[in-house]
Amino acid sequence: MSAINQSGWRPTAPQQGGNAAPTFTGNKALMLEEPLIFEIGDNHTTGVEVAPPVTATSRLGGLARTAAIDLPGLSEPETVRHYTRLSRQNYAIDLGLFPLGSCTMKHNPRLNEKMARLPGFADLHPLQPIDTVQGALEVIQQLAHWLVTLTGMHSVAMSPKAGAHGELCGILAIKAALEKRGEGHRKVILVPESAHGTNPATAAFAGFAVEDIPATADGRVDTAALKARLGPDIAGVMITNPNTCGLFERDLRTISEAVHAAGGYVYCDGANFNAIVGRVRPGDLGVDAMHINLHKTFSTPHGGGGPGSGPVVFSERLTPFAPLPFVEKRGDHFALVEEETAQDHHADSFGRMTAFHGQMGMFTRALTYILSHGADGLRQVAEDAVLNANYVLRSLSDVLDAPFAASGPCMHEAIFSDKGFAEGFSTIDVAKALIDEGFHPMTMYFPLVVHGAMLVEPTETESKATLDQFIGALRSVAERARAGDETLRTAPHFAPRSRLDETLAARKPVLVWKAPETTAEAAE
Amino acid sequence: MRYLPLTQPDRAAMLAAIGASSIDDLFVDVPEAIRLDGPIAGLPGHASELAVERHMTALARKNMSAGDGPFFLGCGAYRHHVPASVDHIIQRGEFLTAYTPYQPEIAQGTLQMLFEFQTQVARLLGTDVANASMYDGSTACWEAIGMARRITRRGKAILSGGLHPHYVSVARTMAKYTGDALDVAVPALSAETDLEALIAKIDGDTSCVVVQYPDILGRIADLRPLADACHAQKALLIAVVTEPVALGAIKSPGEMDADIVVGEGQSIGVGLQFGGPYVGLFGCKDKYVRQMPGRLTGETVDADGRRGFVLTLSTREQHIRREKATSNICTNSGLCALAFSIHMTLLGEAGLRALAAANHAGAVAAAERLAKVPGVRLVNETFFNEFTLDLGREARPIVRALADKGILAGVSLGRLYPDEAGLANGLVIAVTETTTAEDVETLAQALEEVLA
Repeated sequence: MSAINQSGWRPTAPQQGGNAAPTFTGNKALMLEEPLIFEIGDNHTTGVEVAPPVTATSRLGGLARTAAIDLPGLSEPETVRHYTRLSRQNYAIDLGLFPLGSCTMKHNPRLNEKMARLPGFADLHPLQPIDTVQGALEVIQQLAHWLVTLTGMHSVAMSPKAGAHGELCGILAIKAALEKRGEGHRKVILVPESAHGTNPATAAFAGFAVEDIPATADGRVDTAALKARLGPDIAGVMITNPNTCGLFERDLRTISEAVHAAGGYVYCDGANFNAIVGRVRPGDLGVDAMHINLHKTFSTPHGGGGPGSGPVVFSERLTPFAPLPFVEKRGDHFALVEEETAQDHHADSFGRMTAFHGQMGMFTRALTYILSHGADGLRQVAEDAVLNANYVLRSLSDVLDAPFAASGPCMHEAIFSDKGFAEGFSTIDVAKALIDEGFHPMTMYFPLVVHGAMLVEPTETESKATLDQFIGALRSVAERARAGDETLRTAPHFAPRSRLDETLAARKPVLVWKAPETTAEAAE
Repeated sequence: MRYLPLTQPDRAAMLAAIGASSIDDLFVDVPEAIRLDGPIAGLPGHASELAVERHMTALARKNMSAGDGPFFLGCGAYRHHVPASVDHIIQRGEFLTAYTPYQPEIAQGTLQMLFEFQTQVARLLGTDVANASMYDGSTACWEAIGMARRITRRGKAILSGGLHPHYVSVARTMAKYTGDALDVAVPALSAETDLEALIAKIDGDTSCVVVQYPDILGRIADLRPLADACHAQKALLIAVVTEPVALGAIKSPGEMDADIVVGEGQSIGVGLQFGGPYVGLFGCKDKYVRQMPGRLTGETVDADGRRGFVLTLSTREQHIRREKATSNICTNSGLCALAFSIHMTLLGEAGLRALAAANHAGAVAAAERLAKVPGVRLVNETFFNEFTLDLGREARPIVRALADKGILAGVSLGRLYPDEAGLANGLVIAVTETTTAEDVETLAQALEEVLA
């Protein structure tokens, strides 16, 4: 194509991409390539100013670090630009729908950020005298009250650092309770096939043997099989409700009764509490312990992989075994119950799980979120989350196989399989093509019980217009997968990177940057 | 409700499209007996941004924050100046509101940042590799003990008395369930660390020795003889660093041949936050990488040959290996790792060394001044930015009395070791670049008053 348009003709629409000449920089307008800090910084540059020390006496015991650490620095403008450029290679909720099933990627209100940064919360040391942190302990107490009330449980342990840490908290409490009863021989935890990977990993870590419970054809726990397996060796069950197929476990109350009658405990994975908050209380389902992901249901930001926060609510019978430390209201005073005072009235606690009191920065955000919604707003959250998911499910069931469409309404997430795609096409092709459509893909190949699973969780913070656009995009991509459109196999085409070679990464792991050898060094 | 975009007409249209007559139709699987008819009684309704801000601000005002007066607390959490640009960058929506980078084509920002973080952490700790973060230092420490058990197939871990007592508590909790035998000790209020005692305890059943550097009283000891003793018995040396700024001044544990080095990264970029969220640092020798817990980011190429980054070696992890995983950890501390990495980039080696030098000089000056207070003895011979004073009487009430005077005077060992009478007189003082000479003088004079 000639560079100068001599005919005078002007296109009414942009030309298709793909034929642009490569640029000198490798950049494509707003799509900017960014080197590593090790390639642009050096060991002498710094973006901070530190007052020079006044004395030169060393008390380092002869252990001064003499060899270079090799940490390159950048000036402040270079630093801000480096990370701003990197940030633009990320998809995020702030950019669009992020329908990762089981992950609850909802809007993160900025008021929560503002409140968490108040110096009265952010600039507190965890070991300050208790009288100087009464407001912080009150935040923990208020949030605890909301969590206990919303779940209909008896108490809550606030210190677990994330969902999997919360699972461990619940399982350790169960183990402590069994040992207290002299039934430490109960060694088996039953886990449904559809469970999150953290469930079996947690149970195994605590020394339990993990046995799978099969699912029924309608996507729920096989209650009969579960009941048949109960016996004197069963410590308990770990059940996700709503489950990872997006369905409410109708029989959970019956299951709980049977497990209790057989001497076991019921752990509920509360990752999907978002779907039922304000509509039903897990305590009414016979649950003994459940973690709540504050970074899911209560909208503390995911931050590209944490930090999370995983408080665990307990039934009355597991409460004595809850971990330390915890906050207790005594009259007008808030006390922090730690090892020394616990001996008097919390002697059965299984101990401490983390150095301090939990994710305070997440507590302030979650409490802000909860107070903003109130009891009425939280109920509306569940209703809109469920409505949005069902809308997606029913709008696409003519082009995508929905294996449990006949099992009743879904809860907060809709599940599809890859059935009906042309030979050789799979879920990953659909997912990567969604990237080109400007959406983050859904959760792929999980849960394992559905072939080529696509788990879509829109959340309640998406408008109908956004959902309609997403449904249109997914419909279009699904139709291409059914038709065997070869261009899907190389998607994404418009992302900062095309498909990455994960096999190479695992076969020859390069986990830290090393300076390329110069020709002279290489020759030595 | 300001965070919910659906309108009533939207809801009606969507219900009609689904074929449901009301929202209740979508909750039919909830057994009727336990369905809630309306908002839970006794809880307040939704509130405006202004009203919520008022409520939270009132709670924040009930606290005495570290910046309100002279401040000297450390023991696992340190107050450093965090440049304004750190908080600006971590609040960019593309970082703040992204998920774990499961779709690498649209998560290169997070992945490249984590690769840079891993490299910075490995260089700081002196290890070959580092992971993409753990929850915090205490859980990283426990995970390291578990990793040593898997590598050595032995179950006896020896913990130094200089290890943070909360870290010991966490290890104790976990060991009850994994069957590890822990040999624990408490520190003595003296200049001597327990390194020689540790060396004497190592035998053929030992999986690892865990030592904090600098330790809970602020003391620094050469780890090399301990590393040699461990290796002679094929045990691993795990070093724990709760104040990473120290590694701008003192040799890294990796340089002294530690096998696994874990740390609390809170000091750099993260802030105090009343104990969390923090960021666990985890590094080790290359040969142990497949036994590491947590996420790892690795370099690779895309289909067009361009460099890119992905999460890798995930066959160690729970979502693939389930009950055979090296750890159950999933969500870690990504945004805190970003804050750490930005701050470290702003510092660079030159800035980190200057910061460490300023911390050390301030601490030396403070130790000299405070040791002149009648009745006060400086316990340490060696220290970085934290040292222990023997007040000659119980420190805990003194700390409370000084708080009443608006001074947050340090951490009394009585708070950390309530059952150890021999430590009750100890007060651990941390001095950073945020501490002024006036702060030290105020503390010295107030201490003299309350001790008189």
